Amino acid sequence: MDFGFTISKPRSIEPTEAGKEQLRLLEEQVPTFRRCMNCGGCTATCSAGHFINFNIRKVHNLYRWGQYKELDEELQKCMLCGKCTLVCPRGVNLRSLIIHLRKALNKDHLSNDFQHFIRNNNR
Amino acid sequence: MSSYFHPFILPFCIGTLVLFVIIAVKFYRWITTLDRKQKKNVWMSLLTVRVFPALWRIVKEIVKEVLLHVNITRYNWRMGYMHRSIALGWFLLIVTGFVETLFHFRGGGHLPWLGIFFRFFVRDYTYGISRVWADVMDLLLLYVLSGVSIAIFKSIYSRVVGIRKNTKLRWFDICLRYSLWLIFPMRLLSESCTAALTGNGGFLTQGIGDMLPTEFAQVMEVPFWTAYSTCLCVFFVLFPFSRYMHIFTEPLLIVFRSLGVRESSQPTGYTRMELNACSRCGICIDGCPLDKELKINDIQGVYLLRDVRHGLPHRNATENCLMCDQCVVDCPVGIEITEIRKQERNKGALDTHDNYRFLDSIQSFNAIGRIAYFGGCMSHLTPGVTESMKKIFDAVGQKYWMMDEDKTICCGRPLLQQGFIAQAAELRRKNAHLIVESHAQYLVTSCPICYQSFKKEYNLPIKVIHHTEYLAALIRLGKLKPHKTGLKVAYHDPCELGRGCNIYDEPREVLQAVAELARVQKEREHSICCGHSLGNTALDVEKQDKVRDAALRNLKADHPDLIATACPMCKKAFQRDRYTTVKDIAELIAEQL
Amino acid sequence: MDGKIISIQVAIIGGGPAGIEAASILSRYGVQVSLFEGESKWAHNIGNKFKLFPDFSSADELVQTLSQKIVENQIPAYLSTKIVALEKQKNAWVLTDEQGRSYVADTVLLATGYDIFDAKRKEELGYGIYNGVMTSVDLEAMLKTGKITNVLGEQPQCVTFLQCVGSRDEKIGNHYCSKVCCVTAVKQAIEVKKMSPQTDVFVFYMDLRMWGQGFEELYREAQEKYSIRFVRGRISEAASTFDDRVQIKAEDTLVGQPLKMSTDLLVLMVGMEASCGTKKLAACCGIDGEYGFALSKQPHLADNQTAQRGLFVAGACKRPMSISDAINDARAAATEIVEYLKIVPANKK
Ligand SMILES: Cc1cc2nc3c(=O)[nH]c(=O)nc-3n(C[C@H](O)[C@H](O)[C@H](O)COP(=O)(O)OP(=O)(O)OC[C@H]3O[C@@H](n4cnc5c(N)ncnc54)[C@H](O)[C@@H]3O)c2cc1C
Ligand code: SF4
Ligand code: SF4
Ligand code: SF4
Ligand code: SF4
Ligand code: SF4
Repeated sequence: MDFGFTISKPRSIEPTEAGKEQLRLLEEQVPTFRRCMNCGGCTATCSAGHFINFNIRKVHNLYRWGQYKELDEELQKCMLCGKCTLVCPRGVNLRSLIIHLRKALNKDHLSNDFQHFIRNNNR
Repeated sequence: MSSYFHPFILPFCIGTLVLFVIIAVKFYRWITTLDRKQKKNVWMSLLTVRVFPALWRIVKEIVKEVLLHVNITRYNWRMGYMHRSIALGWFLLIVTGFVETLFHFRGGGHLPWLGIFFRFFVRDYTYGISRVWADVMDLLLLYVLSGVSIAIFKSIYSRVVGIRKNTKLRWFDICLRYSLWLIFPMRLLSESCTAALTGNGGFLTQGIGDMLPTEFAQVMEVPFWTAYSTCLCVFFVLFPFSRYMHIFTEPLLIVFRSLGVRESSQPTGYTRMELNACSRCGICIDGCPLDKELKINDIQGVYLLRDVRHGLPHRNATENCLMCDQCVVDCPVGIEITEIRKQERNKGALDTHDNYRFLDSIQSFNAIGRIAYFGGCMSHLTPGVTESMKKIFDAVGQKYWMMDEDKTICCGRPLLQQGFIAQAAELRRKNAHLIVESHAQYLVTSCPICYQSFKKEYNLPIKVIHHTEYLAALIRLGKLKPHKTGLKVAYHDPCELGRGCNIYDEPREVLQAVAELARVQKEREHSICCGHSLGNTALDVEKQDKVRDAALRNLKADHPDLIATACPMCKKAFQRDRYTTVKDIAELIAEQL
Repeated sequence: MDGKIISIQVAIIGGGPAGIEAASILSRYGVQVSLFEGESKWAHNIGNKFKLFPDFSSADELVQTLSQKIVENQIPAYLSTKIVALEKQKNAWVLTDEQGRSYVADTVLLATGYDIFDAKRKEELGYGIYNGVMTSVDLEAMLKTGKITNVLGEQPQCVTFLQCVGSRDEKIGNHYCSKVCCVTAVKQAIEVKKMSPQTDVFVFYMDLRMWGQGFEELYREAQEKYSIRFVRGRISEAASTFDDRVQIKAEDTLVGQPLKMSTDLLVLMVGMEASCGTKKLAACCGIDGEYGFALSKQPHLADNQTAQRGLFVAGACKRPMSISDAINDARAAATEIVEYLKIVPANKK
C-alpha cells in the first residue's frame, strides 16, 4: 500500500546500478536524449500539458534517476503530437524517446527481473 | 492416343497440377479472411448497380496492368517493355498454342498438354496454313526472348531500365529466376531440334533447325524437351512461394480492389493479396528520399512487403519511413504500402484505452452558421498562419469559431501513424464530439495532417476543407481580391496535402492570384518530402535536415524570391534553414488584402 | 567603375568599436590606414543602444569618443562604403565596394562584426505578429525615449524578458551562446524598473551567464534592489490576448510546473550572428568558420591571424563578444599588424 509520505522509506533518490543500466539502454536507443539541458521548452508547449498537469521533462528526468513508479500511466497522457520535438533547442528526438520510454516501462515488455526491481526500489 | 504421350510431359503436368492446387488454396484462404467491412464492400459492389462499373474496371485494369503493364511503361518504357514482353508474350504463346491445337484437332477432345508440346507430337504439320501458325508462334517466342534478354542484362546492369539499384533478392528467388530465364531458350532449342527432323518449324525454329546436324537433333530432341518440361515444373512448383506469385495475385487484387476493398487497420486476407502482388520491381526504391539522401536502403516498400510476407524480422523497415507516400504513388501495382506499414507498427499492449479522460470536460461552442476553424497542434508554433486566417475570415465577413485557439486536442493522426490505434480513436471521438455538438457547417483546417485525418479517418457529418481550398473558393467567387505582387514564389506540395489528399491545383490557383509561380522540377506527386514528417520517429534532426536540403535544392533551382507551402510542419522544417524564406499561402494572401 | 585604383597600406573593413580602435592605434604608430564602413554612421551597432553594461555609461558618448579618434588621427575614412569582395592578387589585397570602386591594400583587417538575429525566424514567439513582442534592440530604442509603454501607450504592468533567442538553439542552427544577452537582460530589466518602478519584471532564462567583472553583482542588485524575478525555463510559444497583451507559455523548471501568464511586453534577447559582411568576406577568402564567423588561425597565440597571410581579424566578426573584448582584441590585432609590416618589406625585396 502506498501512503505517499511514509517514514520508513528514504525520501532521497538513490541511484542504483540497475537504474544506470536502464538509462544506458535507453540512451542507446535515443542518443539525442543525452543532449537535454532541462530547459522546460517541451513541457511548456506540450498539447496534453495544456489540459492537465503533465510534465514530460519531469517524466524523463525521473527515468534518468531510476524513479519509474507511475511513469507509464503518466506517459499515457501524451498525444504524440510532436510539438515538444519541434521546440526542443537541443534537438532531442522526444517522440522517439516517449515511445521508447513506454516500451521500457510497459509491464508486458519488461523482464521479470526488472519488474521486481521496480517494485523494490521505488517509493 | 498413346502417340500423343511421352514421359517427358510428366514434370510439366505434375508441376501445373501442384501450381493450381496451391494457388486455389491460397486464394481461398485470402478471400475467406477478409474482414467484415471488406466483405460487406464486396457484397455491396456485387449486389448493386455498382457491379457494372466494377466489372469494367476489372477488365480494364487487368488488360492494362497485368498484360500491357501501362504504369511501369509510363515510369520507364524499357522496363515496361521487359515486363510486357514476358507477360503478354507468354500469355499469347499459351493462348495461340491452345487455339492452334483446337484448330488442328477440329475442336475439343485433345489432351491438355498438347498445346505446350504441339510441335513434338504433331510432326507432320508442315502444309499450307500450318506455316502461318508456326511463324506466329515463333514471332511470339522471339518477343518473349527479347524480354528475357533485357531481364538478364538488367540483372547485370540495372541502368538499362532506368532503375538506380536492383532489388536485393533471396537465393530462392534467384533459383527461380534462372528457371524462368531457361524456359524460353529451352523451348527454342527443343522446337528447333524437332524442326530439324520434321521441318515443322517457323522462320526462327526452322532457321535454327536447318543449321543443326541431324545426328545432333536426333540425340538431343527428347533431352531438350525434357529439360523444357522440367524447367516449367520447377518454376511452377516454386512459383507460389516466390515473387512471381504476383503474376496470379495481381489480377485477384485488381478484382477485389475494384469491388471496393481497401486495407484495414489490421492485416487481413486483402493484405496477403497485396503482399503477394508485389513484383519486386524496385520502382518504390527509386523515388524514396531516404534511399537517395541518407542511403537507407532496407526500408522501402519492396523490402517491407517481402519481409512481412515471408515473416522475416523487419523492425527497421517498419519504423524508419517518412510515410511521405512517394512509393505509394509510384508503385505500378498500386499497393497501399503505407497502410501495411501502419499495421506493422501496431503497438499492441502499449496502445492503451481511456488515456484522455481529462478531455471529457472540454465544452463545445454553439457555432451554428459559422465555420469551425481548426489550426492544429503545430499551428500554435506558426501563429503567422492562424493570424492570417483570422484576418482573412474577418476581411470576408465570415463568422468562425476557432476550435483550438488556446489549446488543441490532437487530431490523432500522429498516434495512428505510429500504431497507437485505440489511443488515436479516443482522440478522434473527443474532437468529433466537439465538432458535431457545435453544429458548425464547415470545418476548415490549416494543417494537412489534421485535414487528412478529419477527411479520411473521422467520418464527420460536415464538409472538411483545407484553407487553400477555402481561399481558392473565395478568390473564384470574387470575395477576396488580393493585390498581385511581383514576387516569384516556389510552391512546395506538402506530402499530406498533395499525395495524401490530391490537392495540387487550389494552392497554385491561390498563389497565382498574388504572385508568379517559379518553375519547380519535382512537383505535385513528385514533390520531395520536407524530411520532418511526423510519420517518422527514427530519424534524428540532423538526418531529417538532409532530406529537407534536397527538397530545398529542388525548390530553389529557379531562384524564387521565397518558398510557399501550406503545412505548418513543412514551414517549420524550412524555417530551420537560415538561407530560406518560407511563408504559408494564407500569409501571402493576408499580406495582400 | 571610375577606373581609379586607390592604394593603401592597411585597409580596415568595418567601422565598429573594433575597426575604429585598430585604425587609431595603427595610425598613431605611423601606419597608413584607411577605414571602411558600410553604414552612414560610425559604430551603428553601439549607436542603437541607450546605456551600456557593465557601468550604464552612455552608448552615444562612446560612439562620440570613437568617432573623435578618427578625426584626431586624420584617418582616411569611408562611410557608406560597403565592401562586397575581397581578393588576394599576388602580394596585395583587392577590395571592391558596392559602387564597383576598387582599392588595393598590402594588409587587411577584417572587423565586420555582427548582425542581430532576425527574431521573425522564431515564429512561435510572435515577433512581427503580435504588437507586444519586441527585441532587445527595439527596447533600447524605447529606453532612449525615456519612457516605457505598452502597445496602448500606457505604463506596462508587466515586462518579460526571454533569453537565448536565436542562440543556443539547434532549431535555427545556432548552437553557440551569444555571451552578451544575459547581462544585457539584467541591465535592461534594471533600466525598465528605474523608469517604471510599478512594473513587474520577469526574466526567463536557461542559464544565467554572468561571466564578466561586475556582472554577478548586477544580477544580485537586480534581485535585491529591483525585485526582478528570474525564472528558470524557456518560453516555447506566445499568443495574443483579447486586450492585445501577450500570453506566454513556459515551464518553471525549478518548480516543475507549466506556466501560463500574460505580459504587456515580451522582450526577446536576440543573439549575435555573423554579419552579412563577415559571412561574405570571410567566405571570399576562405577563412569562414562555423556559423559564418571569421576563423582565426589559433585561439591562444594567433587569434588575430588567419590562414591567409596579410589578412587579420578582430572583434565580433570572430565570435560574440562585448565592447571591451572587441576593443582589446583590436589593439592586439594592431600590434600583430605592426609586427607583420616590419617583416613584409624585407620579404618583398
Ligand atoms: C542587444 C545588444 C546589446 C549590447 N550591449 C552591450 C553593452 O551594453 N556593452 C558591451 O560591452 N557590449 C554590448 N553589446 C556587444 C557590442 O555590440 C559588441 O561587442 C560590439 O559592437 C562589437 O564591436 P565590433 O566592432 O567587433 O563589431 P560591430 O559593432 O558589429 O561593428 C562592425 C561594423 O562593420 C560594418 N560592416 C559590416 N560588414 C561590412 C562591409 N562589408 N563593409 C563595410 N562595413 C561593414 C558594420 O556596419 C558595423 O558597423 C551588445 C550587443 C547586443 C546584441
Ligand atoms: S525541450 Fe529539449 S532540452 Fe528542453 S527540457 Fe525538453 S528535451 Fe530537454
Ligand atoms: S508529443 Fe506528447 S509530450 Fe510532446 S507535446 Fe505532444 S502531447 Fe506533449
Ligand atoms: S511495392 Fe510496388 S513499386 Fe515496390 S517493388 Fe513492389 S510492386 Fe514494385
Ligand atoms: S513512404 Fe516515403 S520514406 Fe517511406 S518508403 Fe515510401 S518513399 Fe520512402
Ligand atoms: S548570453 Fe545568456 S541569453 Fe545570451 S545566448 Fe548565452 S546564455 Fe543565452
